[in-house]
Amino acid sequence: MTINKSIQLNARNITSDEYFYGHKACGGCGESLALRLALKVLGEEAYLSLPAGCMAAVSFIYPNMAFKNNAIITPFASTAAVATGVAAGLKALHKDHLSVAFAGDGGTADIGIQALSGAIDRGEKFIYICTDNEAYMNTGIQKSGLTPFGASTTTTPAGKVIRGNIKPKKNMFEIVAAHGIKYAATASVGYLEDFMNKVQKAKEADGPAYIHVFSPCPTGWGHESDQTIALAKEVVDNGLWYLAEYENGRFRLNKKPDLSNDVRPYLKGQARFRHLKDEDIENIEALRGEKWAQMLAEWQ
Amino acid sequence: MSRNAFLNGDEAVAYGVKRSRPNVVAAYPITPQTITVEKISSFVQNGELDCEYMHVESEHSAMACSIGASSVGARTFTATSSQGLLYMAECLPYASGARLPIVMMNANRALATPWNIYGDQMDVMFLLNSGWVQIFVEDAQEALDMTIQSFKIAEHESVMAPVMINLDGFVLTHTYEKVNIPSQEAVDQFLPTFLGAHHMMNDEMPMSMCISAGNQHNMEFKIKQHRDLLRALEIIETIDSEFESQFGRGYGGALEGYKHEDAEVILVTTGSVTGTARVVVDRLRAEGKRVGLVKLRVVRPFPVEKLMELVKNAKTIGIVDKNISFGYEGTLYTNVNSAFVQSGIKKETYNFIGGIGGRDITKDDIHEMYENLQLASAGEQIDAVTYYNVRCTL
Repeated sequence: MTINKSIQLNARNITSDEYFYGHKACGGCGESLALRLALKVLGEEAYLSLPAGCMAAVSFIYPNMAFKNNAIITPFASTAAVATGVAAGLKALHKDHLSVAFAGDGGTADIGIQALSGAIDRGEKFIYICTDNEAYMNTGIQKSGLTPFGASTTTTPAGKVIRGNIKPKKNMFEIVAAHGIKYAATASVGYLEDFMNKVQKAKEADGPAYIHVFSPCPTGWGHESDQTIALAKEVVDNGLWYLAEYENGRFRLNKKPDLSNDVRPYLKGQARFRHLKDEDIENIEALRGEKWAQMLAEWQ
Repeated sequence: MSRNAFLNGDEAVAYGVKRSRPNVVAAYPITPQTITVEKISSFVQNGELDCEYMHVESEHSAMACSIGASSVGARTFTATSSQGLLYMAECLPYASGARLPIVMMNANRALATPWNIYGDQMDVMFLLNSGWVQIFVEDAQEALDMTIQSFKIAEHESVMAPVMINLDGFVLTHTYEKVNIPSQEAVDQFLPTFLGAHHMMNDEMPMSMCISAGNQHNMEFKIKQHRDLLRALEIIETIDSEFESQFGRGYGGALEGYKHEDAEVILVTTGSVTGTARVVVDRLRAEGKRVGLVKLRVVRPFPVEKLMELVKNAKTIGIVDKNISFGYEGTLYTNVNSAFVQSGIKKETYNFIGGIGGRDITKDDIHEMYENLQLASAGEQIDAVTYYNVRCTL
């Protein structure tokens, strides 16, 4: 599949071919949706690397293989390393194919961050897509470095003394950008056209590219499976997540939310936040305010 | 034309790698492996070797990058040592289970703690169960030759397993010897371009690799892998014979005997200590003592039958271990004893543990080992496990 660069991708012109199907992901899984649509942009010639995690567990169980593409499960800590190894092998054999890594929040911001840093630093072309569902879901909803403040997980339960996770999310997008990467972007499965076009830009980048896509998990977050897209939109609209790009050494915001929007409907729609008290919600709003003050000041 | 050069073990491996024309090399530096990766880097940067050299940020990524490169059919090499080997350990069964013919040099070095940079074989013994072919070499020439042979073993369609070549740290990695470097044309003839394999990722038939298999299927994958590794013994022998007929240097396959045929007592060694033992055997033979030597070159797959054949005439066997399996004995001793049990052959066996943390195993030590074996052979009681050159009370 070849895509004309000048055409903006949307639901009408994206291919109807499927490259990821027959998998066993939960209904409403944001992560599998991100993979499915990214592959429609990347095409069947992309070679994929994924760590052991939800996406591997739902798609590589012998004898049922859910990827039409070439794909490999990597040791957990090494998604970016395996993907760049694939890229080096393909280059050495004079095969002109993309190498693309998909990993979750834990596989990216925690255990895989060293390998990702090394891979970006080497500067060879590959794409890394972090599907962020804000906890270790495959092992049963444990806290990761990308779990937001206040969220209840099985390792940060809503206790009597400590109410959920007490740390805000790691700034993974900025950590990646600090490498001077060719292209990096944040996205959300609530804004799929934006996501697909960022994948297309990553594909065209002359070097490593990174996309961080916000991907709700009904099982881990405790929301109805038909609310995935709505929540992924709402989180952008209320400013708890942001759509941005880093290109040619500069940050750019793609969408400015109304920061007076109430965060309560978003939080109360998910079991993981139901325990929050007013003071916790005020803290979440304060964190939002700080982040946006920084972004608006520095990324214009 | 082949040429002679004055090389240390690390450099010899690097020349073996150069002649094997890898597509990808991914490595992280660790003493005493560094000279190998420095030399390969210089080959690449001077345009003498056309390959993708990956400057990885850790040993874990060295192996992970190797897995990625090999999974698309690229001939891939890496090198490590000691803690580095243990750091990448998680990745080793991915490589062997996915049947990836990666070749790796391991400079055998002491482990923490207390750690140091000198040679013993504690590191590799952790990984005997990793599904990798484990080769031990005695000198720099063998290191170069086995690097070339290793690619052929690993890539053989019936083997399809990664190979680890073990060189004793410093004693072998940093000691200079005269080494013959075969010509590129001769090596190309022996080791053709690797064309990949059907189970690897490819454009014609996309593959899913490093898959998951539930309890209905998992054991069969593992048993087939194990069976193929056992069968690799025969291929290792054949490839060594082919190498010998082309280059005039053979190593006896999985095991090499030295003055073993009529020996009453035999010492089993791995790696560089073998060279020291040869000198002692010659000295004792001159005194009329019936002593012999068996050099264990391949520890996985374990050459049970051939070992039994080589030691069949001996009465007493000693096994030199440069490692301790804490809480038991030397690892090779356990392995050799099991070979006797499997074969239904009864021999007196003794374990000589030495060289830990880089302590020398001297000619005098080996002389003493032979004396003890002879005493045991004459019916005297000696300890099953003896520790050499220990400066504290046991």
